[in-house]
Amino acid sequence: MNSTLIPRLFRPLLAIGLMLIPFLAFAQEEATLDTGDTAWMLTATALVLFMTIPGLSLFYAGLVRAKNVLSVLMQCFAITAMMSLLWAIYGYSLAYTDGGSLQSIIGGLDRLFLSGLTVDSLAGTIPESLYMTFQMTFAIITPALIVGAFAERMKFSAMLVFMAVWMTLVYVPIWHWVWGGGWIANLGAILGLTEKGGAALDFAGGTVVHINAGIAALMAAIVLGPRKGYPGTAMPPHNLGLTVMGASMLWVGWFGFNAGSELAADGTAGMAMTVTQLATATAALTWMFIEWINHGKPSVLGIATGAVAGLVAITPASGTAGPMGAIVIGFSGALFAFIAATKLKRKLGYDDSLDVWGVHGVAGIVGAILTGVFAAPFLGGSGLADGVEGIGVQVIIQFVSVVATLVYGGVLSWLILLGIKSTMGLRVTEEQETMGLDLSQHDERGYIL
Amino acid sequence: MKLVSAVIKPFKLDDVREALGDIGVSGITVVEVKGFGRQKGHTELYRGAEYVVDFLPKIKVEIAVDDSMVDQVIEAISNAARTGKIGDGKIFVFELEQVIRIRTGETGADAL
Repeated sequence: MNSTLIPRLFRPLLAIGLMLIPFLAFAQEEATLDTGDTAWMLTATALVLFMTIPGLSLFYAGLVRAKNVLSVLMQCFAITAMMSLLWAIYGYSLAYTDGGSLQSIIGGLDRLFLSGLTVDSLAGTIPESLYMTFQMTFAIITPALIVGAFAERMKFSAMLVFMAVWMTLVYVPIWHWVWGGGWIANLGAILGLTEKGGAALDFAGGTVVHINAGIAALMAAIVLGPRKGYPGTAMPPHNLGLTVMGASMLWVGWFGFNAGSELAADGTAGMAMTVTQLATATAALTWMFIEWINHGKPSVLGIATGAVAGLVAITPASGTAGPMGAIVIGFSGALFAFIAATKLKRKLGYDDSLDVWGVHGVAGIVGAILTGVFAAPFLGGSGLADGVEGIGVQVIIQFVSVVATLVYGGVLSWLILLGIKSTMGLRVTEEQETMGLDLSQHDERGYIL
Repeated sequence: MKLVSAVIKPFKLDDVREALGDIGVSGITVVEVKGFGRQKGHTELYRGAEYVVDFLPKIKVEIAVDDSMVDQVIEAISNAARTGKIGDGKIFVFELEQVIRIRTGETGADAL
């Protein structure tokens, strides 16, 4: 039923009538809204928020020292609140809406302050409000992931400024490039590899979320410098129980992330859930066995970290890979993340406190590249991007999108960090760092025993 | 009088308590302590970063006894706390000058 055809005067009567006769109302429901899809997406949205608070918050909280436990919880919580508002005010509009002549670079202003978004607005078969909120949860978790890289040493005020600017200048444009019809969505044609289109495949955010957060994290770790005493002083996690609880919540919440990215309750969503589970399980065991072989014991932190690496790696491929592809992706993601987080980091000397680059960045890159491989139907996938012929072409497109994200995200993040460093300062004082961020930044303690 | 102070493995506490009860020891004091002897510490590994933890959790049991009981107590603790593996602990024996029971004011062997 097209509501614009109904004379304005009759609308209230019609509304009452619809309320009184539920069956009739059901029959006359807006043809394009699907209640099943909507129900699933309401669930998926809650699941993705569950990933940040409490999932990621607890994962990180357990990994820091006792004197900083509240600081990471607070950072994740504050980011959740701040990003919700920024996304609604301008982020969503600039990411999602048509940018006209600037469409390949950035979206438009049609939804500034969510103007024009009403209860009747639809995005596909679900309410646009729901779509906007689902994407809001992505805009929350992506900056929250970065927190792990500069944990235990960044000023809370500087953190808020960095996150707000980073979300505006880095997250929103890259979102638009990949998912909003920007240039990465037409990468094949731009590179001359396809006649038109040739999108980089990123179903649930391998590029937009994980590589993006990963490279920003690496830049933050480098610009801030290592924690006082690193690597000489022992800085073991203060409560791995919290970390495992957090990792478990991430695993559960990730179904909303990956299966929700289909935006519908259908076969692709079902398969996304299956491949997410298989890749994660494989990655958890991979990390566990590598450590067992190398060090003689399987560690709890290892299996939990492996699971996160698997979740990350399958994310871009979750809508296109088949079950066996997922197993290969999970294995590869964990293997490379293990090397990055346990070997490479020590060699290169940067202090990515909780391994955001090592786990999210590296597993994200591995997943993004392999997405181009395991989308191929003969490897069990559901097909390459429109207009793309052959794995080789898709892999090149994936590779270029990864490099573009690394370069753009890396340079911008670095510039933003330098800007904040030279104005308000990034780091707490040495005395505050030794005291711990809980007391120095918030006048509170996590544990009073 | 002697004060016998034994550092033992935590999981052996119940056995030691029972053995001391069997020979008629009327009171013991237990403290959770940390330390190392020849056993040294152990290493912990977090994402490839190894930390050497020097101090292992142990239990210290203290018993004040009459001189006549000392050998029995040492034997009871030794037998009950022994596993044969490194890290079983040590027993120290001190000369004890005076003991006073606070409630009654009794002193010396009467206060044990």
